[in-house]
Amino acid sequence: MRESFDYITRSLDRLPNAGEHVLIGFRGESSDFVRFNGTKIRQIGHVRQASARVTLIRDQRQASAGFDLSGDPEQDRARLGFLTDRLRDELKLLPADPFVHYATEPVDTERVDAVNLPDVRDAVTGITRAFDRADMTGIWASGDICAGFANSLGQKNWHSIGNFNFDFSVHAGDDSVKRSLSGQAFDPDALAAESDVALQSLAMFAQPARRLRPGTYRAYLAPAAVAEIIRLLSWNGFGLQNLESRSSPLVRMVTGDQRLDSRVSLIEDNRRGFAPQFTDHGFIKPPEIALIENGGHAGCLVGARSAREFGVAVNAGEESPRSLRMAPGALPDRDVLRALDTGIYVSNLWYCNFSERNDCRITGMTRFACGWVENGALCGPIEPMRFDDSLYRLLGDRLVDLTDQTTLFLDADTYACRSMASVRVPGVLVGGISLKL
Amino acid sequence: MFTDATFRELERSFEIIAREYPACTLRAVASESRDVRLRRNVLEPVANDYSRGATITVFEDGGAGYASTSDLGLSGLRQAAREAEIRARLSAARKLFDASRLPPVTARDEIDRRPAGGLPGIRDCVDLARQASEGIRAAAVARNAADRIVDWTASIEMLESGSIFMSSDGARIRQWYAYVSPGLSVSAHDGRHTQQRSLGGGSHARQGGLDQVDEIGFRQRGEVLVEEALALLSAPECPEGEMDLLLMPSQMALQVHESIGHPLELDRILGDERNYAGESFVTKDMFGTYRYGSEHLNVCFEPAREHEIASFAYDDDGTPARRQDLIREGILVGAIGSASSRLRAGIPAAASARASNWNRPPIDRMGNINVLPGDCPLPELIACVERGVLMDTNRSWSIDHRRNKFQFGCELGRRIEDGELREVVRNPGYRGLSASFWRSLAKVGDETTQSVHGTLYCGKGEPNQLIHVGHVAPACVFRGVEVFGGR
Repeated sequence: MRESFDYITRSLDRLPNAGEHVLIGFRGESSDFVRFNGTKIRQIGHVRQASARVTLIRDQRQASAGFDLSGDPEQDRARLGFLTDRLRDELKLLPADPFVHYATEPVDTERVDAVNLPDVRDAVTGITRAFDRADMTGIWASGDICAGFANSLGQKNWHSIGNFNFDFSVHAGDDSVKRSLSGQAFDPDALAAESDVALQSLAMFAQPARRLRPGTYRAYLAPAAVAEIIRLLSWNGFGLQNLESRSSPLVRMVTGDQRLDSRVSLIEDNRRGFAPQFTDHGFIKPPEIALIENGGHAGCLVGARSAREFGVAVNAGEESPRSLRMAPGALPDRDVLRALDTGIYVSNLWYCNFSERNDCRITGMTRFACGWVENGALCGPIEPMRFDDSLYRLLGDRLVDLTDQTTLFLDADTYACRSMASVRVPGVLVGGISLKL
Repeated sequence: MFTDATFRELERSFEIIAREYPACTLRAVASESRDVRLRRNVLEPVANDYSRGATITVFEDGGAGYASTSDLGLSGLRQAAREAEIRARLSAARKLFDASRLPPVTARDEIDRRPAGGLPGIRDCVDLARQASEGIRAAAVARNAADRIVDWTASIEMLESGSIFMSSDGARIRQWYAYVSPGLSVSAHDGRHTQQRSLGGGSHARQGGLDQVDEIGFRQRGEVLVEEALALLSAPECPEGEMDLLLMPSQMALQVHESIGHPLELDRILGDERNYAGESFVTKDMFGTYRYGSEHLNVCFEPAREHEIASFAYDDDGTPARRQDLIREGILVGAIGSASSRLRAGIPAAASARASNWNRPPIDRMGNINVLPGDCPLPELIACVERGVLMDTNRSWSIDHRRNKFQFGCELGRRIEDGELREVVRNPGYRGLSASFWRSLAKVGDETTQSVHGTLYCGKGEPNQLIHVGHVAPACVFRGVEVFGGR
């Protein structure tokens, strides 16, 4: 991948004409995907792809063209030249853009993570062995993911973070347990341990599911469930443009009309995340951005256009978090059931969406191993239930505690290419969550 | 885009590869897209994209493996074939089904459904989007509401795609399609509430060119959206309780998509999606007997409908796509799926294996899933409601992993009382169960009430993919639905 980035950016000094500025962004992956159903292989494949995006800027005008790289340097450089010429023609047809904004002080960066990933044959053998008596469904995704940036001012940034992400669930009739194992160094013993945990949990749920009536229930949201909520909040929640256009679900927090519990803090943790430190316009992100601090609005994510439009500094590429970290609380993991006492243990949430953005109200479903707890003991599974509640309540006046440990979740999204996003969150104990159906 | 010369070169390369791997397929895709978007009348950076690459699938000992590459030279394709073969062998030892039993694919055909002249020029796209955007601004000024219309956008996404599917059994299928997706949105804010109106919630994606954008009234719709967004700011909350529901076509499209289209995908029924997108409340034994909806409900897979976005002649496995009933007079009669899912399930299903691009494998997908019109004009639908709400344009969607318990919210509501439309209500929503909701279908609108909808963003699969799907639906009335508002 690095060779492709180097040869496509080598021609940068010859590409711009007088008065022009050129940016080149790069994305690449070499990924294995193995999809399982019933611990057997449903689909297995390898994807090798690299693409570049060239942005041409001149006279306060900009346009870009993205294209897949063939791997043949001569062919790809010729295509870069051809598309740049085409953009040159296009710019003549465009009006001036008041919000053109790009980095003009070159800062080079490089991050290459050391990884230890198994060959796909070893991964498949290890997984099928670990689940040989189970009904396991899921996906193994593994390999290198890269991003790069270069501009005609001489800036060069490179980011390569191989990893694996085994996202799976085990099933027995209507019962199921979801887990994941991810990282940059694969450990077969950890895989075996995950399999044991999943199957033991599944055994605990092997009894008829309890049907709950709609109502408000005390509940513990395990980290995977909290991660689902936080990912939803990231959808138009933290961007400056969303706040300025009043489309963010957190507008009332920004105006001071609403607050979360003072123990809730959220940080975009660029230092400890896996996403690139640089943006598509060459800006370098700060190590940390406080978004919510002690329950109140602390900051937002600002992309290049918003920075120009609203007169503030750039601190992000896209205006949605890539490396969110939620602060832990004081509840020890081992005390969760005791602290819950009687209520619902929510292991996972599914298909969350805003039901009313003004009030930061969200809806979604319980899924996988969610159970009913009485007097601190798990009694068995519950049927999937729909909740609809405001985050201003769940993480506000109804928040009882957060666990003292946090869990890291690598984003399993692979829409165009494997995601580099991640979230790290604790579990959350709430005094009540409103179930509707 | 692929030229004839590129196709011929790919065919020559594939013939060499097919001699080395006796059972294999190659699917190559090239696409060109352009996105134009104005926000508050300012043109955002124009983005063009040119994508090209191929996936080779090798079959061996009943297993199958694929490899995708953007290197379309012979050496790149050969390397991909080698990678695919390694994985085919791995799959053969742990296969879910015997891929050697898949029917041979032998069709030779060429389909070109692009409008003449290629992608429209950038000036045409920008001018069109600008007219719509100016219309919104002017409407806000005319209503002394420039300070309350805090944001608006006008956008046009265009894409042309060409593909070739080749199999070692002799298939040679070339297909070209063009897509367009217009978008308008208007946000109004009064210091406490924000309300948004949009052009169908982004559900107006179609096949074709800019003529389709004009056909839906893109240039003029901004004025109505401004008026409705402002009306929503001061509107009362949607009433709460059990009542009748009149769904307009854009919301019907979402309702059909989530609670009929997805449940009928065979890979969900077979459990492939249990870890991610979910399963289905539908089971294999229900086909032919299960009452999915009232006798007014007729749903079919229509791959040949002109301008509907997911029309195609052959799916991405090379199987010819044909019209098929899915629900007939309320009874479930058909499913949707790939050749491999049909083989595993043993039930007939509409051919709809589709991949989002060259770099992802085909999976079971919806295509065009349409509700057939009935015989009621809109005034008659309204007149039959004693107490209820009309809802239009989806803004919130959520459904359980079996596609049963759903909750949807809309941008706009209108209260209906004693058969007459009353005031606008805000934050309208409703919830229910797929398994019973469609049985409460009481009236189906006629052809004058229906419109063609499509979205570019249906997500599913591991690795997950986004793909376009189409829905044509009339307005419909449902009885006794749980309706709610914002507080």
